[in-house]
Amino acid sequence: MLLIRCPWCGPRDETEFHYGGAAHVAYPSDPAALSDEEWGRYLFVRENLKGPFAERWCHTAGCRRWFNAVRDTLTNEILRVYRIGEPA
Amino acid sequence: MAEPLETTIRSPLAGWTPHPLTGIRLAELPFRTQVNLRLPAKGPAADAVGLELGVPLPVEPGTTAGSGELSVLWLGPDEWLVVGSPGADLAARLAARRGAGVSVVDTSALRTTVLVAGPRARDLLAHGCALDLHPTRFPTGRCAQTLLAHAQIVLVAVDDGTSGAEPAYHLLVRSSFANYLADWLEDAAVEYR
Ligand SMILES: [Zn+2]
Repeated sequence: MLLIRCPWCGPRDETEFHYGGAAHVAYPSDPAALSDEEWGRYLFVRENLKGPFAERWCHTAGCRRWFNAVRDTLTNEILRVYRIGEPA
Repeated sequence: MAEPLETTIRSPLAGWTPHPLTGIRLAELPFRTQVNLRLPAKGPAADAVGLELGVPLPVEPGTTAGSGELSVLWLGPDEWLVVGSPGADLAARLAARRGAGVSVVDTSALRTTVLVAGPRARDLLAHGCALDLHPTRFPTGRCAQTLLAHAQIVLVAVDDGTSGAEPAYHLLVRSSFANYLADWLEDAAVEYR
């Protein structure tokens, strides 16, 4: 089981968290201007990185806040966590 | 013939008589007033609410503030649970402080409170709670939203006034999970009978 440090509550068991996929995916500035393919890419297509990967987590069974974490997808080590709005 | 409507209110654990245990006391503390508060942690709204309650809102994660029967639990960076004795008019008092960006919701019926106290209280909770509850890490006045035996609870280390140095915890559990949690506590406590 991973021990994940919530930036508000501190270290908690992985079972208290919900995974939210890649972080910092920018919302299109003019969604209506996108083709179906471009919109589909925005919604569904993500990098499948090996190594440090910025992703979103939510502390669902605790403070219920979303935050960002950089996790090494190879070792599962969580390198850092930071609050929404804090620099990556 | 239609039966008359029952007008008395029933707590989620009404009728629960915990098995006597050595070193642990279990009890329901029903009908405590609970008001959920959401507002920016700093600014005039937080100041006004603090004045109304007589205690400033705790801003350190996992801490509580209080005086007497009233306690304010930190639930999030912009969220608190104000807990008072049964029948306290907290919701009405706080509603007067409602304004832009301030939410006041009476959630008294959402959860009931289970008291777990006594010298073996921590041993019992350790059967299903991953947090380190040693007083050096989780002293009186700390609170945490976490899981106990997979059930979401708000856990508060309290001074219940009757026990002196004895550990005492309030478990705030959703009404629909209360029976499950009481059954789990009884089962985990078999070895302390
Ligand atoms: Zn948290």
